[in-house]
Amino acid sequence: MGELVCESLGKLYGGKTKALDSVSFSVPSSGIFALIGRNGAGKTTLVRILATELELTSGRASIDGIDVMRQEKVLRERIAIVPQEARTVSWMTPVQTVLAYLLWRGFGYSEARKRASETLSKLGLEKNAHTMNHDLSGGTKRKVLAATALASEAEIVFLDEPTTGLDPISRKEFWEILRVFAKDRFIFLTTHYLEEAEEVADNIGILGQGKLVAAGSLQSIRDRMKYPYSIKLPSGATLPSKVTGEVIVGKRGETQVLTNEDEAFAISRRLSEGGQRFSISPVTLDDIFFQLVGETARDDEGD
Amino acid sequence: MKRSISSQLAAAILVNAVYEMRNYPIVLITTVLSPLSFLIVIAFVSRGSLLGQAVEGGLIMSMFQAGTALQGDLSHLKNDFKLQDMLVSSPASPTIYTMGIALSEVIYVSPALLILAALTQIYVHPSAFEGFEILLALLLMFLTSIAMGFMFATFSKDIVQSFAFSRLLTLLFTTITPVYYPITLIPLPYRYLAYLSPTTYAAEIVQNASGLLSMTGGRALIDWAVLAGFTVVVLVVSARNARWRER
Repeated sequence: MGELVCESLGKLYGGKTKALDSVSFSVPSSGIFALIGRNGAGKTTLVRILATELELTSGRASIDGIDVMRQEKVLRERIAIVPQEARTVSWMTPVQTVLAYLLWRGFGYSEARKRASETLSKLGLEKNAHTMNHDLSGGTKRKVLAATALASEAEIVFLDEPTTGLDPISRKEFWEILRVFAKDRFIFLTTHYLEEAEEVADNIGILGQGKLVAAGSLQSIRDRMKYPYSIKLPSGATLPSKVTGEVIVGKRGETQVLTNEDEAFAISRRLSEGGQRFSISPVTLDDIFFQLVGETARDDEGD
Repeated sequence: MKRSISSQLAAAILVNAVYEMRNYPIVLITTVLSPLSFLIVIAFVSRGSLLGQAVEGGLIMSMFQAGTALQGDLSHLKNDFKLQDMLVSSPASPTIYTMGIALSEVIYVSPALLILAALTQIYVHPSAFEGFEILLALLLMFLTSIAMGFMFATFSKDIVQSFAFSRLLTLLFTTITPVYYPITLIPLPYRYLAYLSPTTYAAEIVQNASGLLSMTGGRALIDWAVLAGFTVVVLVVSARNARWRER
């Protein structure tokens, strides 16, 4: 099985602004990999380097053994990307958009036309296939852009924040589509939505201020956490006096304790004995992100 | 997978010319009217005496506009739609992409070219050889403007500036310079300024070929050499600055 490997990857813009700082990780190049991080964490920079759009400053990166810097032509045969700020061309329709992209990749007209129609149908866009792009909703335009990459023969697809702007239902529909397409290709996506990463990704990477703070499956990241358990108490509940771990008090008085397994069960026992209401669970990606990237992350996530 | 170059060229022509003209016919009217409007003004003001020069000027302007439009369109597709970024991360060739967009610009101005070619036949009556010479000069003019458009597109990061610059180039190189009228109408000291523009040489070549301007053989050769040299220099500069993958 192939791998995506980054070794001490660094990127400086203009020789001074550090966007990526010695990023090292490896994940299987199959299924869905979700890269999460706050605004300005370096997600887009990392995607652009891996997709051969941007030169790196130091280190190296490869996908399935193909070096992104030295073998970019070989890699470009196998990749496709939908950039974060990509927009559909206003004077075209979805079918024209996908068709033109496939023609640019060198497909013959009839094959391109067939693939365009099939992919738009798979994405539930057949009704909009001949509507002008400027008449489509923001979410539909994002789907059309995703369709370009997914209609291609690319085995590795980079989607930079593909569900931004989609309503919750459309986002869930999109996750289903991603799962279908990920059966026979590697999808590398970046997202602000932790729930999305948790829901669809086989592997997750967490970037914080240009540094990779964790990578792997959610379970493996969870296993490496100092505090893998979470106890939540409603507002007004009283915690036992001595607690090992991190205590977070929410704006409405609700309390969360992040702690280790032994302590979690000890606290639970004491709370039960005191007749208090609480819940206990392994930490979610939200909790992990909060622990690794910092306290303000939760506010950012709500943006 | 075997990748078709003609498909890649067709993609650029469809996106940047056919779909746009089909879905927004107004752009077609503007492209046709732009060179014809100057022609009409010059023809009326000169009471028809400069009609031949004005028709040929329209041809030069159309070819030049095609090149400068490349600058705005490349920048638009790259910065506004991120289309170029999508193509960088794909097997698409940068050379074919640029050639395709350049071809699309010719398609874009082709309705105007057809009208102007018909007017040339009616009012200038060039012989087959003269027609060939005019065509060659127009092709060279197109190459020059394409190279200029490509060079400026590599510097441009903003679409508003890019389109404004594109219009400025057309104004400077085709409206003010002696493209629609003979250079002899410009007072002598200012005539030297006109020679800073490649379009002046193209206009001299075209007007000389059709007998609307009298030049010695040596002078015509110099015009050809300057136009060709200018094209090569701009092409080399733009090729040096062009980057498919960003730094």
